[in-house]
Amino acid sequence: MEPMQSLYAQIAALGGGLLILPLMLPVAGLLLALALGGRWARGLALTLLWLGLAVALAIAATVLYGAAPLSYTLGGWAPPLGVALKADGLSAVLLLLSPGVLLAVGHFARRGFEPLDGGEETRKSLAFWVLLLGVWAGLNTVALAQDLFTLFVALELLTFSAVPLVALDGRPETVQAALRYLLFALLGSVLYLLGAVLFYGSFGTLDIPLLAGRIGSADALPPAVALAAALMTAGLMAKTALLPLHLWLPPAHAGAPAPASAVLSALVVKGSFFLVLRLWFDVIPALPGLPAATILGVLGACAIVLGNLVALGQVRLKLLVAYSTVAQIGYLFLIFPLAAGAGSGLALTAGTLQIVSHACAKAAMFLAAGIIAYALGHDRVRDLGGIARALPMTVLGFALAGLSLVGLQPSGGYLVKALLQSAADLTSQGAWSLVPLAGGLLTAAYLVRVLACALSGPRPSIVQGPSRPQEWLVLALALASLLLGLLPPEVFGLIGIGRTSIDTAALVAGALASAWTWDSLTGSIAPVLGVATLVLLLKRRGLPTAGLIVTRTDAALRQWAIAGLSLLTLTLGLAAGIALGR
Amino acid sequence: MTATTLYGLCGAALVGLGLYGLICHPGALRKILAFNLLGGGVFLLFGVIAQRGGGALTAAGLGTDGDPVPQALVITGLVVAFAATAIAVALLRRLATASRHSTLDQAPPGDPGP
Repeated sequence: MEPMQSLYAQIAALGGGLLILPLMLPVAGLLLALALGGRWARGLALTLLWLGLAVALAIAATVLYGAAPLSYTLGGWAPPLGVALKADGLSAVLLLLSPGVLLAVGHFARRGFEPLDGGEETRKSLAFWVLLLGVWAGLNTVALAQDLFTLFVALELLTFSAVPLVALDGRPETVQAALRYLLFALLGSVLYLLGAVLFYGSFGTLDIPLLAGRIGSADALPPAVALAAALMTAGLMAKTALLPLHLWLPPAHAGAPAPASAVLSALVVKGSFFLVLRLWFDVIPALPGLPAATILGVLGACAIVLGNLVALGQVRLKLLVAYSTVAQIGYLFLIFPLAAGAGSGLALTAGTLQIVSHACAKAAMFLAAGIIAYALGHDRVRDLGGIARALPMTVLGFALAGLSLVGLQPSGGYLVKALLQSAADLTSQGAWSLVPLAGGLLTAAYLVRVLACALSGPRPSIVQGPSRPQEWLVLALALASLLLGLLPPEVFGLIGIGRTSIDTAALVAGALASAWTWDSLTGSIAPVLGVATLVLLLKRRGLPTAGLIVTRTDAALRQWAIAGLSLLTLTLGLAAGIALGR
Repeated sequence: MTATTLYGLCGAALVGLGLYGLICHPGALRKILAFNLLGGGVFLLFGVIAQRGGGALTAAGLGTDGDPVPQALVITGLVVAFAATAIAVALLRRLATASRHSTLDQAPPGDPGP
């Protein structure tokens, strides 16, 4: 115990200086990997990720036990002229999550992204690992930066690392998906930058605490502020792929190689959502008001319903998982109308837990889908027959990750649902809590559809089986999401650190208190069993007419021009909402 | 009309043209060019705000004559926009040589494999 305590004392003495490491490690690794070439890239990336995980643990422990955020001013220059870094509870969660998921994905990709036998470099053996480090650098900067412009650069780093991941195998359709992703993300970044410059023009600073102070103390806000906030939010929504803006996500996430899809779906879309949290909870906490928050909530609800319905009708497994991401992103935006007044702490906790829980579950699902696609040589849901006999662990991992998305106890999904429910009760907006319930049932429906196909039929012939560690990694990620609720409640206290009067540990303990009662257990299991029976009974029937309408709606929304116009309409709507709600 | 207002209006016009091109033109190369117009408009706005003053310098009580912070931001922004254009053009070239398609809305050739 003695050496542990002295080690902790030494780490705590470093204080804010620790925050440089999460920025330096990935960037140094990125440059080194380019210099050393594909032979060493894999080993270097994995070593640095382990180091980064240790640093993230040290930062999280210091923040949690010190019960205060860490901060650091680069070069000793204080804002507004200098740039500050700060790790509050939210940042610590993202700092821990990214190397955690990246390590699992990286170890999964040890096979398939290695140099050739002679040590010769291939595009995959170099580019994949460099891009992984790039994504990591982007996410760490998103977590730590306290300046709207630094955050813009971080977002771009994240996008530029994510886009080539889509096109790693160079097939024309994945290149097209990558280009579509890049151009729409760029439209989003320009809107974000326009918002940031309007903030600068109005208040003369881009530093988040200073900006929040000046917005809070201003008597009459300049009209540009509502527009600036709306532009930034809309730009970030385009990068997060919230429903009418999801045109790029399904082809990009489904077309990428499995480990790349896992990173894109689990982490990259969370980076831009994290900035929405920062913007709405830290920069303009008092500003948005209910009308604008309701717009976000309604879009989130549409995403949950439409995304899940489209997922249900998908022919290919990877596209099904990608549409499930579209739906899960909806939960992230459902928190905003519930964050009004007293619900703020509950909503923020729910949003953060959804980031973590969905990241682990979706990484597991995409990796499992990748294993299945390689093993069978295709990923058509209808022809998965008997795959559970050939790859029992992989299918189990897929199912457990799915259960977490459905929201059974004690998964992260359950916590999110319970917290949203309490927030809805607390702010008397009970209608919102129906959305996660409907979403959970629809999720159960497509999960049962996949499992019913995977479990029936004789054992198929396997083209290329996975390695044992790959199957274990899928299971570990799925269990991380499913067992999130079993962590000691003190750990959840991390989320609220740096925010006044939010005791997230108590909120989560409250949500878990009734998790294991008979009513609560039957309440969550019985409807799922009902849906499962219904799906199994209807299995032999074709796609009903309603399914066609849903698919057509989705296809229409994914037209480039329609998505672009939705983005502009949304910006104006949000600006009007913010101006009205003040 | 002062020079600042004129620059501001030019910036707004560029943003409008860029948005129109990015949303309405089907060709990917047009979209890339439109993105650059749009970015140019936003950068011009940075210039307007630097010229107008009232930013960091005023806040720090150091006078209002020209603000260097937006200028520094524009340089970084230009680098980012340049990098974005480079990646987009590289992807488009690859797409054009591999499939002879240069738009984003038509279905790409080939069987969507696993």
